Amino acid sequence: MTSKIKNFPGTPLSESDFTEGKVLSIHDEMRPQFAWDTGIGIGSYLAALKEGYLLGSHCKTCEKTVIPPRTVCEWCFDPMDSYVRLEDTGTINTFSLCYVTWDVQRITEPELPAVIEIDGASPLHGILHKLGEVKPEDIHIGMKVQAVWKPAEEREGAITDILYFKPIKEAGS
Amino acid sequence: MSERVAVIGVGWSGYRPVSPELSYKELMYEAAVKAYADAGVDPRTEVDSFVSVAEDFIEGTSIFDEYVPDQLGAALKPVHTIPGDGLHGLATGVMLVKTGQAHVVAVEAHSKASNVLSLPEITAYAQDPVLNRPLKLNSEFIAGLEMHRYMHETGTSLEQCAAVAVKNKRNALNNPLAAYGANWILDDALNGPQLAWPLIKSQASDHADGAIVVVLASETRAKVLSDRPVWVLGAGWCNGAPSLESREWGTVPYITKAADMAYRQAGIDNPKEAIKFAEVDDTYAYKELMHLEALGLCGRGEAGSLTEEGMTKTDGKLPVNASGGSLGMGHLLDASGMSRALEVVLQLRGNAGDRQLAEVDIGLAQSWRGVPTTSGAVVILAN
Ligand SMILES: [Zn+2]
Repeated sequence: MTSKIKNFPGTPLSESDFTEGKVLSIHDEMRPQFAWDTGIGIGSYLAALKEGYLLGSHCKTCEKTVIPPRTVCEWCFDPMDSYVRLEDTGTINTFSLCYVTWDVQRITEPELPAVIEIDGASPLHGILHKLGEVKPEDIHIGMKVQAVWKPAEEREGAITDILYFKPIKEAGS
Repeated sequence: MSERVAVIGVGWSGYRPVSPELSYKELMYEAAVKAYADAGVDPRTEVDSFVSVAEDFIEGTSIFDEYVPDQLGAALKPVHTIPGDGLHGLATGVMLVKTGQAHVVAVEAHSKASNVLSLPEITAYAQDPVLNRPLKLNSEFIAGLEMHRYMHETGTSLEQCAAVAVKNKRNALNNPLAAYGANWILDDALNGPQLAWPLIKSQASDHADGAIVVVLASETRAKVLSDRPVWVLGAGWCNGAPSLESREWGTVPYITKAADMAYRQAGIDNPKEAIKFAEVDDTYAYKELMHLEALGLCGRGEAGSLTEEGMTKTDGKLPVNASGGSLGMGHLLDASGMSRALEVVLQLRGNAGDRQLAEVDIGLAQSWRGVPTTSGAVVILAN
């Protein structure tokens, strides 16, 4: 329809009308800066990542082991004060193939976010990370994966101390 | 609709200039655990609805209500966050009970001011982006403008403002929650670096970290759950015209309106007689004086001289900020008003320790959301 219209009513605006200041607007660039005290629960988790292992916490009342560890159980509100070392392996609960980057660029090779239920944690308890060393078409829900860590000297106590999770070759496959 | 609302439990964490050992969630959890223990309620089964106050811009996370439930025991329960002061949160909780939506409500407010590394810049974002912010003035200039005009109109002196700071810093020495208590003399509050003349740094509060949780209940439930309920007689709030160009610089009519709303609900005709003690905003020392006048607790232009005469000391006719106020406790961002409601509750219950006031049965808490706002709230509490 609109392709037939040669001249739209009104005054058309182009991007240059804004950049050249013909249309007035105020531009501003924020410089907000925050820190987050990680506290007891997440602080312990990050310290463990720096050491190269995964840490969870356990609620005796609910008999649940969760990761990342937290100081309060969200189900029963009891304190969670026992910490458990967990495997760095797990099972893909869900995943996606992302064709748009963080800063909104289109890409052809997708990024691979996944929720991984960690072995030793209660069912449905996992961590969000990315997958690697795998073709997108080979990924499936229920796939067994393992963390690929940064070298010890490069780890800084951050979720990025794990580079990604890669498939574990299942016995017999 | 007519059921009264009571505070049946209070809890707190802090207040400290920094709190690196706890995450903001753990700070909130500490306050929540204490409040639920104080109220004798299990949040998982006995609290019907949860309110938290938070400003995304200050938290550094958008849609902050997502970060609230776990540590309040609110997972899979009705929760909402409002960007206001703690007293706005309390008013919201009162409405939830009054409308019959909930019988027991938990209201939370917190400050992790130490984690906001560029707090002055964040505060500047409350200025109008087109008309005011391009002038690139530190937001405290607004307090300087207001203080100057208030002193001009009322004849209030810098010494009278200093007397507020001295009183509150000293009161804070008797409050274990307070982070900035000091045994000041007048000279301490009259000297020091300028911020925005006539405002000097010693008459401005420093920030603190902390969290406060208050549990509210309907009259029916309060009588079952609590043997010492504190009743919310009134809750009012109001905003003025935000314009920096045409506001009434020498007065704060929005505080008067908020107070009138609360007094009306409480059936108070003569606040000077009815209110036995008050916790009012003292982000800057002069604000305590402005607020006392706006609340009708003294006449216009009288607050300064009455303060010098000792009326607002803990042994005076109208103790004001026995807690130490923001000058003594530390400014808790949007938890500031809640820290005042907490103090009023502790005083009414006789739990205020070394700073316990004698024979108080009705108290007032008032908040202001800081520069550049004309936003305030008032809550009246009684035994
Ligand atoms: Zn549990």
